[in-house]
Formats: sequence, structure tokens, C-alpha cells
Amino acid sequence: MSFIAARRTTDGRPDLSYQPRAARNIGSRLLTVVAALFSAIAVLPLVLVLGYVLIKGGSTISFNLLTELPPPPGLEGGGIANAIIGTIVVTLIAALIAIPIGVGGGIFLAEYSRKGAFAQFIRFGTNVLSGVPSIIAGVFIYGTIVTSRVIFGQAYSALAGGMALAILMLPTVIKTTDEGLKLVPDDLRRAALGIGASRFVMIARITLPTAFTPIATGVVLSIARAAGETAPLIFTALFSPYWSDLISGDGLLAPIASLSVLIYNFATMPYDFHNELAWSASFVLVAMILLLNLFSRWLGRFASR
Amino acid sequence: MAPNQDHLYRLRNRPLAEKLVDLGFKNITIALASVVAVVLFAILIVVFQGSLESMGRYGLEFLVTSNWNPVDDQYGAGAAIYGTLLTSLLSLMIAVPLGVGTAIFITENIIPKSVRDLLGLMVELLAAIPSVVLGLWAIFVMEPFIRPALEFLHTAFHWLPMFSTPPMGPGTIPAVLILVVMILPIITAISRDSLNQVPGKLRQAAYGVGTTRWGAIINVILPAAISGIVGGVMLALGRAMGETMAVTMIIGNSNNFSFSLLAPGNTIAAMLANQFGEADGSQVSSLMYAAFVLIVLTLGVNVMAQWLVKRLSLKY
Repeated sequence: MSFIAARRTTDGRPDLSYQPRAARNIGSRLLTVVAALFSAIAVLPLVLVLGYVLIKGGSTISFNLLTELPPPPGLEGGGIANAIIGTIVVTLIAALIAIPIGVGGGIFLAEYSRKGAFAQFIRFGTNVLSGVPSIIAGVFIYGTIVTSRVIFGQAYSALAGGMALAILMLPTVIKTTDEGLKLVPDDLRRAALGIGASRFVMIARITLPTAFTPIATGVVLSIARAAGETAPLIFTALFSPYWSDLISGDGLLAPIASLSVLIYNFATMPYDFHNELAWSASFVLVAMILLLNLFSRWLGRFASR
Repeated sequence: MAPNQDHLYRLRNRPLAEKLVDLGFKNITIALASVVAVVLFAILIVVFQGSLESMGRYGLEFLVTSNWNPVDDQYGAGAAIYGTLLTSLLSLMIAVPLGVGTAIFITENIIPKSVRDLLGLMVELLAAIPSVVLGLWAIFVMEPFIRPALEFLHTAFHWLPMFSTPPMGPGTIPAVLILVVMILPIITAISRDSLNQVPGKLRQAAYGVGTTRWGAIINVILPAAISGIVGGVMLALGRAMGETMAVTMIIGNSNNFSFSLLAPGNTIAAMLANQFGEADGSQVSSLMYAAFVLIVLTLGVNVMAQWLVKRLSLKY
């Protein structure tokens, strides 16, 4: 370390004032500008993508679009109604599978075995599972459910698609439940056990309701993510140009349309009209997902009040 | 104290039903937690078993040959594996400075907090946009927009192998750019969290000994937050390797190996998305083999991320 003589003022005292022209201050300001530039570049894609989806997709939204079936190749007209319903159905199936398993698993991690070896192993597994690419979930369901036709002899089905999405939701739900329950103060647990509650009653009546908000926030976010997934659906739920028969339930065992697969299929078609429909579907899908995101944010803020 | 309240102070005998409910509930949660492990192992086993036939036939040669021909029943995933590694590493090289820079910008008090929070929210919302929508945008908006720049690269640098072919629309560079958009939010969000966790005392001490803002950031704050940042970067790498839809839509899905970044390429995930639906026989097995390679790559990166975070984390 070399000693640098302090700059001095005319009357001989050390000059400690800010030197705007000093190399290090110029360098610091330069780096600030660079960081600001980087942030601008990072935000740019969101503005552009949202702008295009709003303008190109939003301008096509009409009553027919939201109530009619997609047109056959080459023809115009029609809408994306069956895909909107399909996305909701498949996402609901996924949520119905992933939420009970995930919340249950999270309860075990946070309430029964916080530091245990098995719990640590499950936590590690959860992290690893959340890193598994979404297409692999599709390959797995294809290899187990679709090719073996275990569900009533059906190959491609809405149920298979929902299962693939559930695999992707599971790690998020477990993690948020685990972390949400850990935030509940131990005093509440001791108080509940102290007045004679059983462990089950303590969890069901005290800790789970207390941790409801963080868990619900995470669950809503994972549902939003699942609704936009495409890769796990393209060879499990496939696609269908028809209405799904949901009243008798047969529609759950048959291939089902979804907004994300519709966008993928129609974006690569050579017909302009189909490309337009892909933009409309993007608008509806992005609107659904952003609303879910804002809802989860509102849930979080609602709790902190 | 009234004598008729004595019973309140006696120990309560727990009825059998209550004990059974308690025990049953505990075991149910254990079973539900085990589902994670079961699914994880099942994925590994199913994909490994599916790929056995192809593994036996091609062995490790599968990883380096890039002849993918369903008609002749000849398969090699070299081009796809190369494409996976190339696109993810290139996108990481662009996204890391951008993401960490953005994270620094929104954790420092350079601009008012409300603006910073808005920037943070926007980056988080970017993560919420489905990848298939980004792919659609890449096909119809981004690729036509950057085509002139790519054409310029080709005419000016066509003697470099990486720019040796004319741009034809879909290709490796557009795929890399859309991957950057997809992994930026991950890197930014995780870097931001770990920068926020650095204790304020460290910054005050750094300013106290007379450093500038960026002196403190580079020498004190970034090193303190490095474990989280590296973990976030590794997670982003895993995500980039496995990212499917946007890449499938814009990379061109060509199994011909090319050094040119302007030529159509392929990744393992894109190949799976494209061919799994129509594949049969030994093509399925070869696709499973490719999927197994992808799993090994992403699992390796993720496990290493967890290990690095533990290893590098400084304790304050």
C-alpha cells in the first residue's frame, strides 16, 4: 500500500471536498450510466412484447373470437373459445393434483421434520425437480401415461396434460408451503399444544390459517406459470379443433385444445389468418397470466397490512 | 377458586381417535412429501429405460455424430447437444452483465425508490410472459427487425466461420437473443435478492474509508453477494439449456452441423418438441437418449448451483 499525500487547500488544511473531476469519480459516474443503460435494455423486451401483444392481439378481440371454434386450415373466421376453456381445464387439473400433494409435503417439511435427514433430502429433491426442463415433464408423462394407455385405454388426454403441468407446479407449491409455515412464530404452536390441541388440530386450525397468505400467493403464481406452459402439453394433451365434452367428462380423456399449443401451432402455419389468431390467443393468455400475477401481488400486500 | 373448576387442571387423556388422526395425518404428509422423490426417480428411470435401445446401438458415438435420419434409422444428437451448449452459454454471456447491472441499479439509491420498484416489477412481469408468446414475438417482430444487422454481419465478416452463411430467418443468433430475454429476469431477481441481503454496515464501512459508490460495489458488495449471484447464474444456465418453446420456434430446427451462428441450428429441447409427437420405433428411443442427456446436463448444473451457493456463501 502506497501512501498518497492528501490534497491540501491554500491554507494548508487537507481538502476533503468532493472532486467531481477526479478519475475515480468520473469512473463511478460512468459505471452508473452503464448500469442505467443495462436496466433500460432489460426492461425493453417487456415493453415491446406487451406492446405488440396488446396492439396486434387486442385489436382482434371480438365476441366471435371468444365464442367460436378455430377455423380449418385455409378458411377464415372462427375463434379460440375451445382453447380458452381447454387452458382453464388443464390448469385446473394440474392444480387439483399439485396443491394437495405440495401443501401436504410442505406441511411435513415445516411441521414434522424441519432438520431431519429425510426432510433435507426432500428439499434437495424439490430444488432438483424445479430445475427439470418442462419438456422433460412432457417426455415423462408421454413415456408413462400416454404410451401405456393406463387411463381408460386413452393415449393423449387432458388428464395426461394436467399431470405433466402438475409436475412443474409441485416444487413451487412445496417450497412456498414450507417457507410460509416456517414464518409462523413458534409461540403460536406452543400455545396451541399447551392448551391441549393435538398436532393435527394445531396445524389445521392454527398454523395453516396463519400461513394462508404466503402459501396462496405462491400457489397462484405457480398456477399462472402452468397456464402459460406449452412444452409439456404438445405431446400429452395434444390439440383439438373441437369442443371438449366436459359435461359427460369424456372430454377429460380426449385430446384438448389449449391457448399455448394453439399459439405454437398457428404461429408456424403459412396462413396469415392463423397467425392473427395466434396473436389473439397470446393477448388472452397474457391477460390471464398477468391478472393472476397481480392477484397474487394483491394477496401479498393484503396480508402485510 | 371455585372447587367445581378442578377438572380443568387435571391432565386430559387423549382419546384413541385423536391419536389415530394425529398419526394418520403425519403419515399422509410423509407420503405426500415422498411423491417428490418418487417422481424425480421415476423421471430418471423412465427416460433411461426408454433410451436403453439407442444407447446399446450407438453408445457414446451418439453424442458426437450429427447424422439424424429417421428414413435410414440413423441417429446422432451431436448437432443438438452442441446447439444446446452454444445457445445457453452465449445467452448467459449477454444476460449476466445485463442482469447483474440491472440488479445493482435497482438496489442502489441512484434513483427514487418508486422508480426502482417499478423497474423491478417490470423485470418480474417479464418472467411471467409465456415462452410461446416470446417465440411468436421473435418470429414476427424481432427476427425481421434484426435481419438487416445479421445481413451486415454476413457481408462484412463472411470470412469468419461464425458468420459464413447468409441469414435465412430462423437461426442461432435470434434463438440466443430470445434466450437472453427469458433468463434475464431470473438473474436479475436472484442477484437483487442477494444484493439486498448484504448488511448496510459493510457499505457504510466502505464509504467511511473513502471509496466511491462503485468502489464499494465492486470491492465490497458484489463479493459479499457473490454466492447468491453465482447460484442465480447457474439456475439461469439450467433454464436456458432446457428452454423449449421460444427456441423451437426461432432456431430453425436443422440437424446439419454448422459453425455459423447465422445458420439454422437445433437444441435437444427443440428436437424433442418437434419430433416426439410423430416419432415411433427406434426414433423414440433416440429421442429418449437425447432427453436423458438433457436431464444429465440440467441436473448437473442445478446440483452444482446448490453446492456453489453453500460453498461460496459468506456468513455475516
